[in-house]
Formats: sequence, structure tokens, C-alpha cells
Amino acid sequence: MSEKITEQTIEAISILAKLTLSEEEKQQAMADMEAMLQYIDQLNDLDTEGVEPMSHVFPVCNVYREDEVQEFGSREGILKNAPAVKNDSFQVPKTID
Amino acid sequence: MSIEKWTAVQLADQIKARKISVMEAVEAALEQIREKEQVLHSYITVEEEYVRAQAKQVQKQIEAGVLTGSLAGVPMAVKDNICTKDLKTTCGSKILYNFVPPYDAEAVCRLKQAGAVILGKTNMDEFAMGSTTETSAFGVTRNPWNPEHVPGGSSGGSCAAVAAGECFAALGSDTGGSIRQPSSFCGVTGLKPTYGTVSRFGLVAYGSSLDQIGPVAKDVTDCAVILQAIAAHDAKDSTSIRRDSYDFTSCLEQDVKGLRIGIPRDYFGSGLNPEVGKAVLEAAHVLEKQGAVLEEFDLGLVEYAIPAYYVIASAEASSNLARFDGIKYGYRTEAYDTLHDLYKKTRSEGFGAEAKRRIMLGSFVLSSGYYDAYYLKALKTKALIKQEFDKAFARYDVILGPAAPATAPRLGESLQDPIRMYLGDIYTVAVNLAGLPGISVPCGQDSQGLPIGLQLIGDCFQEGKIIRAAHCYEQAYRLHIPSQAERQEERR
Amino acid sequence: MKQYETVIGLEVHVELATKTKIFCSCSAEFGGEPNTHTCPVCTGMPGALPVLNRKVVEYAVAVGLAANCEITRYGKFDRKNYFYPDNPQNYQISQLYLPICRNGYVEISTGAGTKRIRIHEIHMEEDAGKLIHDEWEDSSLVDYNRSGVPLIEIVSEPDMRSAEEVIAYLEKLRLMIQYLGASDCKLNEGSMRADVNLSVREVGAGEFGTRTEMKNLNSFKAITRAIETERARQIELREAGRPVEQETRRWDDNKEYSYAMRSKEDAKDYRYFPEPDLVPVVIEEDWLEEIRARQPELRDEKMERYRREYPIPAYDIEILTGSKHMADLFEETIAIYPKPKEVSNWLMVETMRLLKEYGQDPEEIHFSAKSLADLLELIDCGKINRSTAKEVFEKVFAEDIDPAAYVREHGLGMVSDEGLLRETVERILKENPQSVEDYRSGKQKALGFLVGQTMKAMQGKADPVRVNAILTKLL
Repeated sequence: MSEKITEQTIEAISILAKLTLSEEEKQQAMADMEAMLQYIDQLNDLDTEGVEPMSHVFPVCNVYREDEVQEFGSREGILKNAPAVKNDSFQVPKTID
Repeated sequence: MSIEKWTAVQLADQIKARKISVMEAVEAALEQIREKEQVLHSYITVEEEYVRAQAKQVQKQIEAGVLTGSLAGVPMAVKDNICTKDLKTTCGSKILYNFVPPYDAEAVCRLKQAGAVILGKTNMDEFAMGSTTETSAFGVTRNPWNPEHVPGGSSGGSCAAVAAGECFAALGSDTGGSIRQPSSFCGVTGLKPTYGTVSRFGLVAYGSSLDQIGPVAKDVTDCAVILQAIAAHDAKDSTSIRRDSYDFTSCLEQDVKGLRIGIPRDYFGSGLNPEVGKAVLEAAHVLEKQGAVLEEFDLGLVEYAIPAYYVIASAEASSNLARFDGIKYGYRTEAYDTLHDLYKKTRSEGFGAEAKRRIMLGSFVLSSGYYDAYYLKALKTKALIKQEFDKAFARYDVILGPAAPATAPRLGESLQDPIRMYLGDIYTVAVNLAGLPGISVPCGQDSQGLPIGLQLIGDCFQEGKIIRAAHCYEQAYRLHIPSQAERQEERR
Repeated sequence: MKQYETVIGLEVHVELATKTKIFCSCSAEFGGEPNTHTCPVCTGMPGALPVLNRKVVEYAVAVGLAANCEITRYGKFDRKNYFYPDNPQNYQISQLYLPICRNGYVEISTGAGTKRIRIHEIHMEEDAGKLIHDEWEDSSLVDYNRSGVPLIEIVSEPDMRSAEEVIAYLEKLRLMIQYLGASDCKLNEGSMRADVNLSVREVGAGEFGTRTEMKNLNSFKAITRAIETERARQIELREAGRPVEQETRRWDDNKEYSYAMRSKEDAKDYRYFPEPDLVPVVIEEDWLEEIRARQPELRDEKMERYRREYPIPAYDIEILTGSKHMADLFEETIAIYPKPKEVSNWLMVETMRLLKEYGQDPEEIHFSAKSLADLLELIDCGKINRSTAKEVFEKVFAEDIDPAAYVREHGLGMVSDEGLLRETVERILKENPQSVEDYRSGKQKALGFLVGQTMKAMQGKADPVRVNAILTKLL
């Protein structure tokens, strides 16, 4: 079931991942992806019929917090690494909404 | 023996006994850093003034009886994907080149509570994605045993720093072998705990269901002591487990009589370097001589671990790395028109090739139409792999094998063929998939003089058994083989 | 002209009234200076991890129970991946595969009768931050105070067929959720948001047409207008033989039209996968029972009970129970002053009148049950008459004053001195001989006039009933 990775595939993924690739990078990405997927296709040899997909290794559940306010207490700490700040907010190019 | 050769525990004892001051220990480490960084480049960040200020403070607190912990006064390095308050944390990436966290990771908090002095942040593969520390945006780290070779990865900086005496111990992180493999390449001891043992709060996420922070140190005792200091249940990490016991040092007293050791036949196939195989089996025999019971067995599914790992880790990474967008912190591209332009340029310029490759792969395996075939399939494989280990641990206390199929490759060799590089993770990734603890201890050198590492894998929550076995082996091994430092001294 | 049927489904987002956010302990309070209710978790800092607020689960289950849903016993969270500045991690933690509630319904009443609107599912998720457009520069400013505020999303089946049904459904949900105390559900404040999914099809057609999604509907009026406009737009397209595009449209209430929010950068593949940083939510029987036991009496139950217990008309019951706060006030007042009809009257008439005057909702009433009860006591004891009472009530409504103290301070108490009353009446009679004549010759109106004059002379501080009695006697 080796996937044929086309340029369209790479372009679609780039949009999802918000990456811009040059022509050369695109070609390289196509080759890389195909090789990786071909390698990953080994998994198809493994019979997983009736097996539940396992997200978490341990059966821990119901981990909660109580609904009590605890301030981080430092807006400065939150904003200080921001590349662009205005009016104590993160500044970004205009969003179209 | 000069200061920088002491283990963390030995140093802590000396400091407690007031035979040496924290400042002296710190200066000894800084001296090594000054001497060796030019070649090794283990560190990304060392702020000497900050270090000295800590040393003064810690000394005061030790004298005042406030800091009485096991690591009081010990200068340690922290891998650069673990957040340290007010100390730059880059994850080896341009996209975080100037990020200064406003908070400490829980593990770092606990280290500080135990009295450790944070020397600096160590170099790593970008966002922990790699096996050689060559994908760091800030230059490669070289193996102290032979600077033409890699230290391994992704915790290459931490392991090299420990091996070279540039710190007394370090923290690393392990998602697919990133503590164990570089430890084996650098001739140091590294431990990945059971998933959920050390809080992930403050560890910059790569593969959330696989990541753990762990100690890298000069010996097993140090690893056990450090693990005991940093392991605890943390309410800020929902995946943090509440363990019955956080005692990882009592097991150091125990011997290995009757310990059942399983050796997977699947580990000793054609891909394994014969010198490595030989050294590992010799190590097994050392343990046998001490009373352990060895048995070969078929583990099964070994070859499926790597593809399953890469699907799961990349998928989670593609999502975990989405937050790096030039808006809240880190690198932002200079010229952009629209919002989406900002995103694309920032990320394309900020991430390196390997990170981009995994983000692309991860986005693909999660995308509609492929999710079932890849992601779910990998999760099912993960379930089966866990079952295989469960079966094995019904019969054995510990599983023994190499930490890596070869010794440290030369710089520049690995990145050409990513798949071949991924194959190097064959002994380590399954351990992360099953959430098990694993430790790598030095067990010899190859004909080039490069270190070989022995890996011991335990059932979940059984760090005690692997620490015990590793410690016994180490004690016996060291009686016969001198350390790298000692060899170098001999040669002089 | 073909007959078209409108098919509508709703996705309603409700901000829960918890003290803290869903995954961190920052305050979930509305407003505040930008980025003051933030921490590394809700601003997506590297290394930060989510921890679920138990209260969110309890509210979600409470709403599910009230909406007759099946409560999912083993649920999980999933990541919805997309890039947008109001989303600090560029993924939203939501629930896709195992939402907390499924397969419920609410009953609505419209002009055409009652109808069941089925609920497909209810799930928990986190809210996004706020984007404010910068007027001075060509940029937007992001405030993460709202990021991480807990939401439940209620997804209906496409069971609605008109704007009327949609409004009835929203009213029903709002009241239900208000009764549970889970949210104040204000459309205009954003604590309740409705997205409308609408398609049209020929009457009798089996399949659904292509649907569009409409956003930015901030009032019932906007919703109604948007539904009617979109229905017309889709019909026009179909009549012209053109296809309806499946798209998201933004409603502009000023211009009264919607436009497609299309962007080629907006690849709609959210790549959902189970959230690895959170563990499953397992609702065990005893927890469920606990929540069930804590469910307050909901509107329908309350109406039934009022019907049984109080001699007040059905219409009044509907109004009284039409707001949880109003119903609470009613119940608290009759607990002190056990005359339901009286209390009901004052709430129905005077209170509603003043609410309208002030442009407020019943939820905003801020006078206490004690104040109202005290006022009614004063009337009963003959201390003030009804018209004075109305005056005093306006003060109670506006400032929650103590009626007895107010009456004392302003000397508004009725005169109870029989002698003084008689004197005044006699004086009035002397001053108005013509009216006396008129009354005696059968003109009833004259009595009213004389009562009025007496009241005026007494500066309103007399009981008109007594005055009437005295007058009648003397005449």
C-alpha cells in the first residue's frame, strides 16, 4: 500500500504544517516521504485485527484539578518573550476573521 | 583524583563534610568547560556570573542547614529542552533562539530543592529529533572519546559534558533512546524512567506519550540518587503517575543472585556490530558469575517498533511544534505580508531540515484518509509491543541487550541516510513505546576505543531491578576495566 | 414555484460559569486588563501541560442529563489542529471521538405545537483568545484572557425547520442551562454563541441539500434575519440551477447579509487525534448519581409544581419560571410572606414594568426577597396604601432600599387616625356641595371624585378603601 507522494500531497501538507518549501526542498520532501512511508509500510505485515489502539500505556484516568483560582501572577513573564507587543497584547498581522 | 573526576554523590559528601566548597566545585567544572568547549561544544548556554551567584547562595543555605539534600552543592547541566527560569532555553533550535522561560520545569525545581547548581544548558538535536546532536542549530557536539565522532543524540550535549568532566551529572530527555544511546556512545550511565515517573511539566514536548526526563551521570549510584531527587507525582502533569515508592537507592545494596535475565535473540541479528555484541554478551556473563540466571528468548515484533515509533512520535511532534509561530515567543521572520505568510516564513526559516521532515510526516499520518492506516495502525502495534514485553516480564526480571547496534559514527555520516539513522534506534524505541524503564551502562570499548553501552530494560515501575543489576555489573566491571579518564592519564 | 423546506441544525457554544479555566487555574472571569488572566498553560508556552477542571465535567454532565442525553462513561479529549493567533497552541483541545454526552433531546413549543429537537452530542472544549483589531496600524492584537475558558458545544440534529423553532430551541437551552447555574447564556456577551447550519430542499425530497454554516449571530433578531436571508439565497441559487457551495459564511447584522469566509490557506483538515497530555474521563455510577442528585428542579418541573401548589394562573407561572432568578425570588419571598398571589402580582406587573423601563432582564433584578416581603407587609398592616407602595417599590427596585425605613424617613405612612379622616372627609364634603348633590342624584362618578379630593387633601396618605367607606356612610 505504498503511497505515491505527489507534489500536491506535499503542497497540501505544507499548508497544514505552515511550511514553505523551495522547489528543491519539495523534491527532497517527496523523496523523503516516500522512503519513510515505504519503510513504515512494514507495519502492514503485522496482523492487528481486533487490537485496540493504545494511546496511553497505563490505565490512569480521572485526573482533575479543583475549581480554585491560582494566578500565575506575572503578565510581564507571559509577554516578555513576544516578538511584538502592543497594549499588553501580542501583535500580529491583521486577521481577516 | 582531581575534583572534576568525582561522582556527584562523592562530591556531595565532600561538600557536606565541608572538605570542599560549592564554589570550588563550580570553578572546577567551569575550568573544564573553558578547556574543552572549544572542541566539544557540549553546552549552548553557560552564564558564569549566574552560576557563581547560585554557588554562593547554595553554600549559604548548606551552612544554614536549609539545603540538606543528596545533591546539595553539585553542579549539574540541564538539556536545553527543559525549561529553566530566566535562563535561555532553545531546544537546539533557531525558532527558540532567544526564549527565556518565566518558569522552571518541575524536574529543575526539584533539582534546585535538592541543592544542585545549574551550570548551563546542554546542546541537543533540534527539539530532540535526532540521534547524533548534529541537527542542532547551534553547532555539533563532539564525542570526548574521539572528537571526529558524534556523541549520539538527542541528549548528546549532556552525555558529552558528563564524560568530559564539564559537569558532575546532567539531565537529559528520552523519547526513543535519547538518553540511553548517547550515554552508550559517550561511556557514561543514563537512565530513562518508567513513563510518568518524572513530571513532564516544563519539558518541551516532542512525543508526549513517549517523553521522559532522566539522569545522565558517571555511575549508577549517581543516576539512582538523581532520579530519586527528581521523581515525584506532579499535579501539573496529568500523565504523572502516583507511584507507591520513590525509593530508587535502596536497591543499590542488593545483589543479583537469582535475578532472571532475558536476552532477546532478535537483538543479535545481522544489523549488530560484532564487537558490540561481544562486549554485551561478556557483560551478561559477568552478571551470571554474580548469580544472575541468563536465558535467551524471542522477544518478537522488534522490527515493527521503529516504524510505529516514527509514526507516533512524528504525529505528536507535528502538533506539539505547531505552537512555534513567531507570535508569542521565539524567532519571527523579518519580512511578511499576511498572517499566513508570517507563519510559513517563520517556521520554514526557524526549523531545521530534520524537524521539518518529521513535522511533514506527522501531519501526513494524521491527515484525513491516512489516519487509520498509519496512526491507528501504529497505536495498535504499540499495544502489541507492550503485550510482548508483558509476556517477557512474566518470565524475566530484566531484559538485557545493547543500547545501540554500533558505536559512535563519524560526524557527517548519519544525516545523509535518515532511515539508516532511524534504524540505530532499534534497541531503544520499543522501551518508550511500552513506557518501560531502561538504563545504559558502559561495558567496554571497540577496537577504535569508542565506548559500548549495555542496556537493561525493566518492567514498568521496576527501576529497582535494573538499577540493582546495573550497579552490580558496574562494580564488577570497574574492577577490571579502567575508565576513559584513567586511560588518558595512563597514556600521558 | 416549487415549495422549499428549510432544514436547520445548530451548534451552540456555551461558556461555563466556573471560577477557573478548563485546563489551568487562571480566573475564567469575563473581562480584565489584557493578558492578566494568563499563565504558561493557556498561552501555549513550551513545556506547559493541561489539567482538567473537575467542575467542567460536572456541569457538562448536568447539562447532558437535563437534555435527556446518554452520558458517555469512558470519554477522551482530542486535539483539533489548525493555525490561528487566538489559538495559542495552534491546536484546540476538544472532544471528537468520545464526547461527554450523546443522543439527547429537548422539547420546544411554537405556534404549531410541541416538537422534539434531538441533540446529537455535547462535548467539552477550550475557548480561544480574543483578537482585537488595531485601528492605528494594520495589525491585530491578541488577548489570551479568554483562551482556555471552558466551553460546552451542543450539537443538534438538523431537526429545525424555521427561525421560530430555532429561537424556541435556543430559549429552551438557555433557560435550562441558567437553571443549572452552568452559565448565564447571554448571546450578546458571548457566553452563548450559536452557529446555524442551514440547507434547503424541495418539500417531499428525501435527501438533504448542501448546507452552509453561518457565524457571528449575536442576537435572536440577527439569527432570524440570517436564517431568512440564507434560505432565500439558497433557493435563488437552486432555482437558477446553480450549486450551493458548502462553506462558512459570516453574518453582518448591520448590512443584513452574509459573505463566504473562504481562504485557500484555510485547509480544513483538522487532523484530530487523542490528546496525549490528558487521561480518559471515566464517569462511574456513583459520581453520576451524585450529579443526578444535585440536579436542581428544572423549569418544566417547577411549572408543574407551581400549578399544583399555588393558586396562580398558568400565564403567571410561565413568566415567573421564565427566569431562574425570578423564580428564586418568588420562592424566597413567599417563604417570608406566604401569599403567592400577591407576590406573583408584584413580580408580574410592577417588576416586569420596571424591567422594561430600565431595559433589563429578569436575571438582573437585584432587590432582595426580604425587601419585597417587607413592602407587602406594610400594605397588609395598613401602613401604606397601594399607590404609595408603588412609589416605594420603584426605589426598592432601583436601590433595594429598606421599605419600612424609607416610609418612616419620608413620612409616607398612611394616617390611621379615624377622627382626622372623618374631619377631612367632612371638610371635603363641605367644599364640594355640587358633587354631594350629584352623588345623591345617582352619579356614582361623584363618589370617585370625592375620594380623590380627600386623598389629595390627605396627601395620599390614606387608605382609599376607608375613605370610601366613611364617605359612603356620611353621604
